[in-house]
Amino acid sequence: MPYIEEEYDVCVVGAGHAGCEAALACARLGLDTILFTVSVESIALMPCNPNIGGSSKGHLVREIDALGGQMGINIDKTFIQSKMLNCSKGPAVHSLRAQADKSEYTRLMRKTLENTDHLTIRQAEVTELIVENEHIKGVKTFSGASYYSKAVVLCTGTYLKARCLYGDVVNHTGPNGLQSADYLSDSLKENGVELFRFKTGTPARVDKRSIDFSKMEEQKGDERVVPFSFTTDPEDVQIDQVSCWLTYTNLKTHEVIRENLDRSPLYSGMIEGTGPRYCPSIEDKVVKFADKERHQVFLEPEGLYTNEMYVGGMSSSLPEDVQYQMYRSVAGMEQVKIVRNAYAIEYDCINPRQLYPSLEFKKIRGLFSGGQFNGSSGYEEAAAQGLIAGINAAMFSLGKDPLILDRSTSYIGVLIDDLVTKENHEPYRMMTSRAEYRLLLRQDNADLRLSKIGYEVGLISQERYDWVVEKERLIEKEVERIQHVKIGANAAVQKILELHGSTPLKTGTTLAELIRRPELTYEMLKEIDSDRPDFPEDVIEQVNIQVKYDGYIKRQLKQVKEFKKLENKRLPEHFDYDQVKSLRIEAKQKLNLYQPVNLGQASRISGVSPADISVLLVYLEQMYRKNKE
Amino acid sequence: MDTDTIAAISTAVTNAGIGIVRISGEDSFQIIDKIYRSENGKKILSQEKSHTVHYGYICDGEKKIDEVMVLILKSPNTYTKEDTVEIDCHGGILVMRRILETVIKYGARLAEPGEFTKRAFLNGRIDLSQAESVMDLINAKNDFALKSSIDQLGGSLKKAIKEMREKILHEIALIESALDDPEHISMEGYGEQLLEILQELSHRIESLLSVSENGQLLKEGINTAIIGKPNAGKSSLMNVLAGKERAIVTDIAGTTRDMIEEQVNLNGVTLNIMDTAGIRDTQDVVEKIGVDKAKKYLSESDLVFYVIDSSTIFDENDKEILELLDQKKSILLLNKSDLDPVTSEEKVRQILQEREMLHPLISISAKEKSGLEELKAVIQNMFFKGEIQIQDEIYITNVRQKSSLESAKESLSMVERSIADGMPEDFYSIDLMNAYQELGNITGETVGEDLVNEIFSKFCMGK
Repeated sequence: MPYIEEEYDVCVVGAGHAGCEAALACARLGLDTILFTVSVESIALMPCNPNIGGSSKGHLVREIDALGGQMGINIDKTFIQSKMLNCSKGPAVHSLRAQADKSEYTRLMRKTLENTDHLTIRQAEVTELIVENEHIKGVKTFSGASYYSKAVVLCTGTYLKARCLYGDVVNHTGPNGLQSADYLSDSLKENGVELFRFKTGTPARVDKRSIDFSKMEEQKGDERVVPFSFTTDPEDVQIDQVSCWLTYTNLKTHEVIRENLDRSPLYSGMIEGTGPRYCPSIEDKVVKFADKERHQVFLEPEGLYTNEMYVGGMSSSLPEDVQYQMYRSVAGMEQVKIVRNAYAIEYDCINPRQLYPSLEFKKIRGLFSGGQFNGSSGYEEAAAQGLIAGINAAMFSLGKDPLILDRSTSYIGVLIDDLVTKENHEPYRMMTSRAEYRLLLRQDNADLRLSKIGYEVGLISQERYDWVVEKERLIEKEVERIQHVKIGANAAVQKILELHGSTPLKTGTTLAELIRRPELTYEMLKEIDSDRPDFPEDVIEQVNIQVKYDGYIKRQLKQVKEFKKLENKRLPEHFDYDQVKSLRIEAKQKLNLYQPVNLGQASRISGVSPADISVLLVYLEQMYRKNKE
Repeated sequence: MDTDTIAAISTAVTNAGIGIVRISGEDSFQIIDKIYRSENGKKILSQEKSHTVHYGYICDGEKKIDEVMVLILKSPNTYTKEDTVEIDCHGGILVMRRILETVIKYGARLAEPGEFTKRAFLNGRIDLSQAESVMDLINAKNDFALKSSIDQLGGSLKKAIKEMREKILHEIALIESALDDPEHISMEGYGEQLLEILQELSHRIESLLSVSENGQLLKEGINTAIIGKPNAGKSSLMNVLAGKERAIVTDIAGTTRDMIEEQVNLNGVTLNIMDTAGIRDTQDVVEKIGVDKAKKYLSESDLVFYVIDSSTIFDENDKEILELLDQKKSILLLNKSDLDPVTSEEKVRQILQEREMLHPLISISAKEKSGLEELKAVIQNMFFKGEIQIQDEIYITNVRQKSSLESAKESLSMVERSIADGMPEDFYSIDLMNAYQELGNITGETVGEDLVNEIFSKFCMGK
């Protein structure tokens, strides 16, 4: 019987947020790319919360954008409300979050994919990997068709052997009732891939008409919206925004939940998967934080052309009838009508330790993976990995070195390093506290940090790159200039200081010193700085931050210098650490298991001591000298 | 690649001989210029020729620490192939340590165990054929240092540090949860609240730093146990040796008991005396010292004073303990020579001879303070013959721990400064984390997933 056989440069499996970025990156780099999805309608689907960004996730979106990814551009055109979070905190933790019109988001991403050269979209379930001699050769689909390629990127999200649960109801489907992928897991296992079973959940969607908003607090968007993408004209995002609504659970809600805990599949033992602690279901919250009398509930619109609203803060896997009781106990939701039930979802994913920081499998060359398949959670985390996996699948196909972002360059670097280096027992979520150099990894300077890399990869245009170089030059020059601008203790100066509630000067100082005062900014002092040239807004922002937090930034730069020393020492691939006799046994085992790419990564593996790192340094030097002889 | 400057005491630490503090790395000369004064105060060592020796003083600012000889060795003809300075000092352990601390204060980092050799190898000074032994040395030395530092850490010190770390971690987790979930957690008025906590923490660290005037957290010196039956005169001996009634050395409750029992200096040899009589959980005043207990003290000590009460019978129990002393450096003290002897010196000598034990035996009277000179002479003799010695890693560990405490304190004061400067909360957690890490260095704990775990277990987060 004849089967279809086709050849591509890269196969991408799954068209969620990871798969879309992976496929776009490959196709834009000129590689013939095919993108598989179980349903074309579900491209870039947002099956959980209706927003993009948020604390640390906003950073990821900015970084994706600076590297030439699509997520930022897509949300800038489809958001319906936007907020810069943590505005009262330092610039390192400012984070952009936008509410998306879900169906618009999906539609626009699909349109973008459909109109990208070298990209083929194919609705089919991939069931099998074609692997020869530890090299990937392509994939097979349920229909028996074979697609041969140089590289494959797996972005299967939460679809592998997925089942959705609430109460004692079990649906063997992916999210939102979509078809699950039930065969690929077995093929992965046959090829020696270690799988985990993870779990996550989502709250109900309810009918807007059944909610009494008068009992809730309105949550509006920012007056002046900042776009995600560095390519978006800020004027284009000043739109009419819709509101979200805040209400609270109460003792009654908690009572309903407690009384019905035994009917939750989580507590009855029906769910085997490991769920995330940071995104607990409402039943988890009530049990774990029993002394809290109420929890916040956010009602968020799912889009402009639907009445469905997302009940943020109340994800659950309780039975349908309990869900009704529980939601209806919340102020403003007394008459609420559920459109879609809350549910928990269980799925197969991999132990990401099996990946290099390039997101290539250590044991199967040419096979890459990204997104929830790698044990992460969140749209942004998925997109970030998808982009890197895609870029590296392309690099692999082109015979070039992989792109590896280290922890000092980006949140993406932190995300991937954490995934492939640390023990991971729950879906991984990005957090600003995970980034040790976060004062340097701000969302405002993602373009300065990463555009050059995006340009070298080939995803950032010459024009965009030239502007970043110019921006860098302007900032540097201006920061230098204001160190030397002398400010006298004259009447004009004192007046400005008084105006902004700052103590008057006793003696002269420099402009830079004044900017460092917490109550002042670079812009406020424009009047007393007559030689100041005109700059675009983003240059002004950078100058202000760099001068204001100069001391802190310098300290972190020093730490990064230390960090780089080990990071730049590469370790051999597929190395047998038993050869290094002086290593402690635990270190040998862990190093053999993880096969770190450099000494820095080795030093972050639990069970490898600083002394082991010193031993490895000596060993590397010994090998180097031997090779020279 | 290791371009920072390291320092360590590079000879065995003894109370008697000359010790060398060695500095290696780019900033070696810059550091020595800051702390060296020649007799006329004009000599600048970095300007001097390589491989020359200079007489002078090591000073911390205006304060003279010791008279020294300084050897200047310029790269590359040095052991590590880096710029190297060697400070020969002869003022004993405390002075040597103070010099090392000064060197660190002025910019060097305390060397990891085996680090000079590691650098010598990495910089091509040591032959390829010796690579294996270099690697062995690194791990062996580190294992030993780690073991000794953690073993020596008293239970209550460990507890004090653990409590401080928990407190710090909780605050970081609070700040971080608020950053991750700004709509759930408010930070109104948090600065002042944190300030109070910081002041308390700084105070506790200061207390630890002043545990003794030397700032030693670990017992330095020869661990010495005094054992013997109740009423044999152990405590009197202790007080006589210490020349005072036992005093409380710290204001932190509970630290005294297991940190420094009593430190005495006899003719230049430092002894750490564990007064077994001072143990509080022995409520039962039994007639004989439990053999198990004796075993425990013996295993923990380098030297044992076995006090025999000459006014009572040398019984089976004494004999049993004698067996235990067979392989242990110990001195037998026949106390109460002022009273009529029931057990005579001859009798004990005879018993020792029967067992072919060569342990010194001295008749003393703790009450009349007689026989003490002889005891001191015996100890000194044993020390100089190398029969008893101090493990130098403990000195190094003390320097390391002190510098960790100081860094932790500095980090906390940075947080205070950030609060005073009106910086936003996210800046606090950076320095809090540094303090947390530094304190962890003392107890040998790394950070790992501590923070993330704390955030999730203490703060209700998320959607």
